[in-house]
Amino acid sequence: MGRKILLKHINEPGIQGYETYRRIGGYASVEKAVKTMTPDAIVEEVKKSGLRGRGGAGFPTGMKWSFLAKPEGVNRYLVCNADESEPGTFKDRYLMEKIPHLLIEGMITSSFALGAHTSYIYIRGEYFYIVNILEKAIEEAYANGWLGKNILGTGYDLDLYVHVGAGAYICGEETALLESLEGKRGNPRIKPPFPAIKGLWGCPTVVNNVETIASVVSIVNDGGDAYAALGIGRSTGTKLISASGHINKPGVYEIEMGITVEDFIYSDEYCGGILNGKKLKAVVAGGSSVPILPAELILKTANGEKRLMSYEGLSDGGFATGTMLGSGGFIVMDETTNIVQNLYTFARFYHHESCGQCSPCREGTAWMEKIMHKILHGHGTLADVDLLWEIQSKIEGNTICPLGDAAAWPVASAIRHFRSEFEEYVKNPESIKEVNHLYNTQLA
Amino acid sequence: MAKVTIDGIEIEVPEGTTILQAARLIGPEVAPPAMCYHSKVKTSGGYCRTCLVEVSKGSEKDPRPMPKLVPSCRTTVMDGMEVSNFTSKKVVDARKSIVEFLLINHPLDCPICDQAGECHLQDLSYENGSAKTRTDFERRTFNKIDIGNNIQLHMTRCILCYRCVKVAEQITDGRVHGVINRGDHAEISTYVAQAIDNDFSGNVIDVCPVGALTDKTFRFKSRVWFTKPMQAHRDCDKCSGKVNLWYKGEEVLRGTGRKDQWGEIEEFICNTCRFDKKKTSDWVVEKPASISHQSVISANHYEVFTKPTEFKINIVKTLPIEEKTN
Ligand SMILES: Cc1cc2nc3c(=O)[nH]c(=O)nc-3n(C[C@H](O)[C@H](O)[C@H](O)COP(=O)(O)O)c2cc1C
Ligand code: SF4
Ligand code: FES
Repeated sequence: MGRKILLKHINEPGIQGYETYRRIGGYASVEKAVKTMTPDAIVEEVKKSGLRGRGGAGFPTGMKWSFLAKPEGVNRYLVCNADESEPGTFKDRYLMEKIPHLLIEGMITSSFALGAHTSYIYIRGEYFYIVNILEKAIEEAYANGWLGKNILGTGYDLDLYVHVGAGAYICGEETALLESLEGKRGNPRIKPPFPAIKGLWGCPTVVNNVETIASVVSIVNDGGDAYAALGIGRSTGTKLISASGHINKPGVYEIEMGITVEDFIYSDEYCGGILNGKKLKAVVAGGSSVPILPAELILKTANGEKRLMSYEGLSDGGFATGTMLGSGGFIVMDETTNIVQNLYTFARFYHHESCGQCSPCREGTAWMEKIMHKILHGHGTLADVDLLWEIQSKIEGNTICPLGDAAAWPVASAIRHFRSEFEEYVKNPESIKEVNHLYNTQLA
Repeated sequence: MAKVTIDGIEIEVPEGTTILQAARLIGPEVAPPAMCYHSKVKTSGGYCRTCLVEVSKGSEKDPRPMPKLVPSCRTTVMDGMEVSNFTSKKVVDARKSIVEFLLINHPLDCPICDQAGECHLQDLSYENGSAKTRTDFERRTFNKIDIGNNIQLHMTRCILCYRCVKVAEQITDGRVHGVINRGDHAEISTYVAQAIDNDFSGNVIDVCPVGALTDKTFRFKSRVWFTKPMQAHRDCDKCSGKVNLWYKGEEVLRGTGRKDQWGEIEEFICNTCRFDKKKTSDWVVEKPASISHQSVISANHYEVFTKPTEFKINIVKTLPIEEKTN
């Protein structure tokens, strides 16, 4: 069994409630932090731990924290990104639902490290039932003196709020999230300035993912070095993977970084192999935005080595033959999966979720969906496939926020690795319609 | 001061100047086109991406190139920065795609659009676009909406530059004008078509780069190139009273703010000056307005703009302009 940090106590009966959580050692990191550590010392531990952002970009958390501007007399904020809307990703939901106090504890410890006195958890509107869970946990934390004025008699004050979004993928982008939190339309801001300098209400702000913040608890408890001892290379610690698709055991798994992809898919500890003994066709390894890889490239790198579940392992080979760890949304597709249809679903999603501020994303995502729709309905041409390629290449890198890239990469990788399927679809739509009878009835 | 080189031409500008502003100081030969930035509208720019440029050297201190193209209107210069605009194939190609993106849903109804002849999208497409279209999908359409008595919103033509939204936010009180919906369904709205009832609302017409916001008192009166702009002023207790009057023969067909070399308004004017004063006797007429010699409007006349001289411009080397790939 791999080592677990975040989900270690997940099966403890009653862990959702304060009493049990406290009994298994909960809130120790807060006590240690506010009573025995300086904020800078905590930032140092987080740096040592090598923890990288779990929201998708993998930016080193300690470094992000040390960039936070600290002008005299100006508030600073910590905002937890619980918008989790990337298709294929559902790990934050699991963590918040099962062990909410871990997030609350992480928020308090991290807020102390950053010198924030007001912090927010921005949660997507669809997670309304989790809002209640979190609010109950916060209430319990207040009642037991972990939140509010003069925490543990140290003079440190902190208020923690849950803010419910209205259900938009784009509000997961950190600056759109801040706009939304301020009560405005959730449009990403044009950067610079970055949130570390000018974030919420113009004040220095750190935005971190749920899992990132929860990981801080063990880093403070056991030290950055202990955390860094787990994992491999610059991918330290553990990572929550949301596994879905054609596998025997879909669910959320905590893995130690560096296990092989093969192990993750086929071992009984994790996904338990492909459903109904079918063959693996492709995997989207890090949430819908990252490049899709065919079976041979996801199991082995272009050099023929076993591919590892880590930031570097998954990105080995660049976009030509690799992908990204992203947010850890691991979508497995068996041999019956139709890549073209799958891509259409993604294209539709990004079109629907584009905020519409910048022209390449607004127009490009809509255009790509239309072309995919045309191909899917048997009216496509080979020129359409080339046009798709061209459009995605002109969106990528030219937009305000990375949603444009996120919309471009799935298209690019599907064409790169499965071009023959697109060509087949274009040349002989009838045969494929047969195979995918079910899906097509839904489309019609 | 910071020294920056744009397409091989060096200029010294104050810190905090954007690449676009620096390029404009050198002149139109290096200035990127701008559809959403507007010099008089605060926080404008960054949306349309037509002004993207390549930074091949970040600064003297940190000479690394920037990994992506950057919007020149929202990127400030650094000392020693080197920028390529028309001399970068990457920029020229990207811009061509941006034009394509802006046009795939545009109705291309120039023959019946009042903006034709002074439309920035027309100029942009002519200079940077392709003659062919690669889409035959149905274009997005909206119903026309009246914003008060004098302004019409024809959302179908809108490129979502956000200029009018910002003008409404910044110079009119009690904001009722904004963007609703998302992505390519996004639309400019006055929230349930509430009229903007404000003395300065008419300025949204002047900042609109296309024919999405037009002056109802001028609708279908004349093609702009058949009218002659004259600078005029009057004593006004609300605004500077400095306008351009657009004459056809003896008749004043419309009033607008005065635009600079880049087609951007110099000063915002009030609705009285814009919509109500349509007689020569209301005004002191000064002289013909300056119009760029490239504009079809100047077919009839006059003088061209002079370049600013207070900045030192050095031609360091002349770089080849990238061929447009058509
Ligand atoms: C379109 C878009 C959606 C995003 N959605 C999320 C999200 O749902 N949750 C999240 O934690 N990060 C999301 N991110 C990444 C955030 O912008 C940000 O990088 C992250 O919250 C930083 O936290 P971390 O450093 O802990 O990963 C999204 C980014 C983009 C561009
Ligand atoms: S890339 Fe898309 S989502 Fe991001 S700012 Fe531009 S239009 Fe909005
Ligand atoms: S003018 Fe710079 S992005 Fe529009």
